[in-house]
Amino acid sequence: MNGADIMVKCLEAEGVKDIFGYPGVAIAPFYNSVLDSDIRSILVRTEQSAAHAASGYTRAFNNELPGVCAVTSGPGATNLITGIATAFADSIPLVCITGQVKRELIGTDAFQEADITGACESFVKYSYLIRDVEDIPRVFKEAFHVASTGRKGPVLIDVPIDVQQATVKNFKYPDSVDMRTYKPTVKGNAVQMKKVIHELEKAKRPVLCAGGGVLLSKGKYEVLSFVEKHNIPVVTTMMGISVVPTEHKLCYGMVGNNGKPYANRAMNEADLLIMVGASIADRSVTQPDLVTKGKVVVHIDVDPAEIGKNASSNIPLVGDARAIFDELLKIDYEADYSEWLKTLDEYKISMAIKRSPDPSYVDPAAFINMLSHSMDKDAIYIADVGQNQIWSCDNVCIREGKFMTTGGMGTMGYSIPAAIGAKLRRPERQVVAVCGDGAFQMSMCEFATARQHGVPMKVVVLTNNYLGMVREYQHYTYHDKYSVVDLSGNPDLEKLSSAYDMSYIKLTDMSGAQAAIDKFLADSNSCILEAIIDPMDLVK
Amino acid sequence: MKRIYSVLVENRSGVLMKVAGLFSRRNFNIDSLAVGETEDASVSRMTIVSSGDERTIEQIEKQLNKKLDVIKVKTYDEHSGINREMMLVKVKYNKNNRRDIMENCEILGASIVDMSNNLMIIQICDTPERTAMFLKMLKGISILEVARTGTLSLTKCSEAE
Repeated sequence: MNGADIMVKCLEAEGVKDIFGYPGVAIAPFYNSVLDSDIRSILVRTEQSAAHAASGYTRAFNNELPGVCAVTSGPGATNLITGIATAFADSIPLVCITGQVKRELIGTDAFQEADITGACESFVKYSYLIRDVEDIPRVFKEAFHVASTGRKGPVLIDVPIDVQQATVKNFKYPDSVDMRTYKPTVKGNAVQMKKVIHELEKAKRPVLCAGGGVLLSKGKYEVLSFVEKHNIPVVTTMMGISVVPTEHKLCYGMVGNNGKPYANRAMNEADLLIMVGASIADRSVTQPDLVTKGKVVVHIDVDPAEIGKNASSNIPLVGDARAIFDELLKIDYEADYSEWLKTLDEYKISMAIKRSPDPSYVDPAAFINMLSHSMDKDAIYIADVGQNQIWSCDNVCIREGKFMTTGGMGTMGYSIPAAIGAKLRRPERQVVAVCGDGAFQMSMCEFATARQHGVPMKVVVLTNNYLGMVREYQHYTYHDKYSVVDLSGNPDLEKLSSAYDMSYIKLTDMSGAQAAIDKFLADSNSCILEAIIDPMDLVK
Repeated sequence: MKRIYSVLVENRSGVLMKVAGLFSRRNFNIDSLAVGETEDASVSRMTIVSSGDERTIEQIEKQLNKKLDVIKVKTYDEHSGINREMMLVKVKYNKNNRRDIMENCEILGASIVDMSNNLMIIQICDTPERTAMFLKMLKGISILEVARTGTLSLTKCSEAE
């Protein structure tokens, strides 16, 4: 047995079924040992996609088990960085294994040597460089534990090739983790929870703002039950979309500079704001001190550092959202918010975003709404980054399914590899990736991955031959002086589809939209639906 | 506001980089940073002096606590600790200023620890304020090199644990 065999046994012990990666010499012993296990290796076409696919994979099943990727040293590892940073920004649990040059060469600028633990320091939850083969079981046990508990996130394990090759006599996977420096708080403080209820009793205009942390804690059901029990209106951040069904009567949409005006107004006018698992980042709350002024703010987060980071709160409550709402549900209180809900319902109508789309194109807002309504109730919708993301966030209908996107980092090219990962994890579910023609081209190489591993893909491309989001920014900021946003040179997607044995549907205006969507969703083959949208269209 | 962070960390390679990196990544100041092993060889103590507004001070402590190599963070103001800094100063002296230098050393409790016919190394170990004061007093004398440890600190015995 050698170190690489042990690494594979550790993954087996954690219940890992699939890994995403790209081999190279420095990780070759590991990929050799994988052959002797039931673990399936998915060969992506560029390493960044390995991290995105692993992210989609774990998110598709409630982040229960970290997604795993394994790549080689040097460029393999550095290519993974954007994917790791993306996962970190959204607190997605990953275990990323990188090969490293042999120990005696570390620091010599050897071939394909990169200081990957150093490079990733500010966007991993933790990282290891294994110098002793005997440390492998402990490090893997810790890595999976750290990635998937507390505030989740990516953990990096860098393994020199000679450590992978070193002989080991016995393998024993530790039963438990013993880390004196890591004990995340799960249970909420009882006194603080009582205060929350007390404030809810007093409040006239409460609003709960749900972030991605609710989904990460698997607390969706508990939060929904709580707001339904007391009739508390809900707004969400981008990462919190789907915490409550988007068309639920208590859901008032996404907040932020690209969100619903009435969602922002609800948050601004509230006298009690309960933030749950939301980092209050600049895109969701542009002026945190202004929003929180003159109201009671409760901030619930598993990461104590999030509380007070961007906005001050009156009642900080550290703990896991699910555990906390499970407790809050047990406390009864009486309050009537019906006047407030009535006001919010009026805002919802009077402040609805009004669009006047050019009928000679597909209206992305209406199209996304129609598409998501036509999808299965439990489907997984993955939005990329750009205008497509904002149209998705503002118009998607999510019932029992999932909505995935990269909110923190805003990494273009996420949706296609994430869809491969999600479909591999949940083959029984409908998985649809929606992207623009810019992001599409960042990841279209992954159609080969999907084809090779028999993953049926459903990809919507909103084509406008522009980097639309940047063009929109240049429209407002530089008065239509467009710089480096023209995408002419785009490939012919029909020909591209046939190159990958995919079906292709083109939609040029809304007249045939429903038929095209139905055909797209019914296709058992991989399929690209290209919707031609107005190049001058704006998200706001 | 000035704060002292007395941080117990795992004594492993890379930990200094992780902690120092945190300060630059989050745009926190470091006035000084001193590291050394404790009575337990697996644990080092980092003494970090930093400053910032209330939110920054709180964030520094929280972010330090988030680091998985950090065992314990104690945050306090200067008055709650016994704070010391050691400094070595190499100066060029001559017949005319030798007496002055020696007098200054005497007044502030510094000692001359090495000497040649025109150079001397002065050592002072005192509160950060007094080491700074000593350096000021050497103004006008040709200072060749200065080495300082940065502040070392332990909370006063009267401070409840």
